[in-house]
This record gives sequence, C-alpha cells and structure tokens, in this order.
Amino acid sequence: MNAISRDSRLKLAAKARLRYDRKADRHMLLYPERGLVLNATGTDVVQLCTGEHTVGVIVDQLAAKYGQDAPTVEREVMTFLTALAERGLVQEIA
Amino acid sequence: MSEFRPYTLVAELTYRCPLRCPYCSNPLDWARRRDEIDTKTWLRTLREAEDLGVVQVNLTGGEPLLRDDLEAIVETARMLDLYTNLITSGIPLPRERLARLRAAGLDNVQVSVQDVVAEGSDRIAGLASFKKKLEVARWVKELGMPLTLNIVLHRDNLDRVAGMIELAEGLRADRLELANTQYLGWALTNRRALLPTRDQLDRARTIAAKARQRLLGRMEVLFVTPDYYGQYPKSCMDGWGRRFIVVSPEGQVLPCHVAHTLPGFTFESVRDRPLGEIWANSSALNAFRGEGWMPEPCRSCDRRARDFGGCRCQAYHLTGDASATDPACVLAPSHGLIEAARAEAATSAAGLRYRAPVIPSE
Repeated sequence: MNAISRDSRLKLAAKARLRYDRKADRHMLLYPERGLVLNATGTDVVQLCTGEHTVGVIVDQLAAKYGQDAPTVEREVMTFLTALAERGLVQEIA
Repeated sequence: MSEFRPYTLVAELTYRCPLRCPYCSNPLDWARRRDEIDTKTWLRTLREAEDLGVVQVNLTGGEPLLRDDLEAIVETARMLDLYTNLITSGIPLPRERLARLRAAGLDNVQVSVQDVVAEGSDRIAGLASFKKKLEVARWVKELGMPLTLNIVLHRDNLDRVAGMIELAEGLRADRLELANTQYLGWALTNRRALLPTRDQLDRARTIAAKARQRLLGRMEVLFVTPDYYGQYPKSCMDGWGRRFIVVSPEGQVLPCHVAHTLPGFTFESVRDRPLGEIWANSSALNAFRGEGWMPEPCRSCDRRARDFGGCRCQAYHLTGDASATDPACVLAPSHGLIEAARAEAATSAAGLRYRAPVIPSE
C-alpha cells in the first residue's frame, strides 16, 4: 500500500457507502459485513473523498471550518485516511 | 423498546439450494420446511428492520437466487438505504440477472467456492459447479461490483489456503473469507470427517496472516478459526439478540441461523407480529440477553461482556443445556467434550454425509 501524502487524491472505494444514521444523528461508512461510525470531522473527510481534491486541500478546508491549525488537522486527517485505506475503503486515483 | 439495536438483518430467503455441502448450517430437516414467507412479508420485514436501526442486510439461504422476487427485495432494501449483500453459490445465475440485481442497487456479492480445484470443490458441493462459480465471480467485477470470495475450510482443503489466496487475487476479490467450519447443523453430523488437526490449522493461519499484511488495502483477508481450537469462545453473533436479527425462510425471528434447533423456545414469526414488537418482547430473544442467565464460570468471568458466554447452540448441542458455558471455552466444565472431538479427529478417516432432501434419522 502506498503511503498517503498531501498530494494524494482519494475517492471512496466501490465497496464503501456513506449512510446517514437517523437513529443516532450521525453518519456511518458501510462496507461488506462491517460499518464504521464517523464523527463530524470524519464525515467531512469522507464526503470530500470524491477524487477532486488533494488531501492538502481537504486539510486546509477542515482547518478553516473548525478554526484549528493546519499541522494538527493534517496529522489527524492522515491517520484517519490511512486507517480507511488499510481497510480498502478509499483508493488513490492516479 | 429494547435497549439493543440491531445493525444487521440476515434474511434467509429460502432453504432450497442446488448444492449439498455437508457442512451446511441449514436445519437437518430443511426439506420438510416448504412454507416460505411471500414477497410482501419480506418487503415489510425490511422496512421494519430499517426502522429498528438495521443498516445492512445479508440476503442468504439456502440459495437466494432461487427466489424470483430477489430483484424486488434488493430494490426495496436499496430504497431503504440498506447496505445490501448477496450471499450466493452463484448457481443458477445468468449474467443478465446479475446486471439486473446491480441495477436494482445490490452493493456487494459474496460468491462461495468449496475449494481451489474443481474436483475438490465439486465433491463438497455435490454438484459440478466450480467453473460456473468462477465465471459468476468474474462477472461481479466486470459489472463494477465489489466481490467477496468465501471458502469454508475443513480438513480436506485447509492445506490449500495459499492457493485460495492466489485464486482470490486472480479474481480481484475485495474480500476473502476463509471461514473454518463451525460444528453445528450438518457439520456436527460430519464432524469426524471435517475437523482439522491443530498443526494444519496453525499452518493455514500463518499463511493467511502473511497474506493479510501483504494485501493490506487491496484485499481484506479474513481467517475465522474453528471454535474447537480457540482458547475462549467467540462472541457468537456479537451476543444473542444484540446486533443481528436472523429471519428464517418461514419468517421466524432468530438470534442466529441455528437457534430454532433449541428446544423449549418459541420463536415468533413476522407473519404474526411486527418485527419491532418481536425484537423487543420475544421471550426467546430475551432469554440470553444481559448476564442474568449466566452460570459460573461465566457469571464472574471478566470476559463475559466480551464473549457473552459464547455460542448457545453449541452449548445445547454438545451438553444438552442451552444456558451452559460454551464448551469451546477452556474454563467450561464441559471442555473435555471439545478435547475428545479433537483427539478423535486426529485419528479419524470418516466419510461425509451430504445435505440431502431426506429427513435424517439420528
């Protein structure tokens, strides 16, 4: 698996589907026989994984939205995206 | 309302199946059960399940393809935004029907093969089907759907795990389930012929673990060990009546595929009452929720919230008491039964008894 960088463009894998969970007012990322409960930031990241934006752009957008410094947000986003990539839930597009 | 929220509905659409695998988890007397619930009842069940909190549905059986309303069921599941898995043997499935199911909103297809070589796979399936299954698996990917390849492991194919991984890679599977037989249903009848040795199991597990690392991010490699070689029991179904609802072909609401074999419980049917009422009030579903029912050593065990005392069906079928500690647990007073079965397996050369449309005499 290639490491994710600021220049990576990611999109959700075919097997993953984001679903709003009205029972608990949150989003879940569903894939075969499994599901991940996402917090608000995680949901934002997944929604931005359309292949359009680089990871760097996603980080900057979130840093602006939540008023946090970019390096902190970048560390968190990288950790989260790496965990998703290890599960095959996001894929890097060339 | 029940304090438990179900996340997955296992919809057993039919017990009918063209395959005759001797480890099938369907009831031994499946052929006597012909009274399947109709399309309307399934669609209502899906709606009621979603309303309870279910987010995934596994369409399984038997062979779900044998229901000609599968398209309607998939369509409704998708309309409810349920993540929809088809668990199939791939027999019988023309490519056009697979394309229709995809168009109806199917999210994932799980195809089973019984081995990596046609001879072994067809021998277990009791039907020449291996080539056709691989063709179906390729269509799944060609149509742009995620593919899970499922292979049930037992003594005769466990030494070919490396080949199974290679097969799954060649098919570009997204997920490979290497699931050891669990000894209930037909598999318990055939235990002496199916149970592997510990050496076999350890070798296969090591190969699978290496592949999991190598394929990280590309293919999920799942290796499910048999309960008989675990130290502690698994949290069967994540606990009885907690996260899974199984609805049988006849509409019975169950905590797992096998629970209808437990005597003394009345499992209610979606024919008679809404699913939500059954989920909350069924005395059978409430029987093993929480910890009040637990005997020692479970009751004071610090693992009790993790494994919930293990599998109730295994407890009943091995000890005659559904509320006993799962004999698979090394702490269980009945663990000797498991040790004896392992010792027997190491020396046995028993033949297989196939799932067949007859009422077996025990």
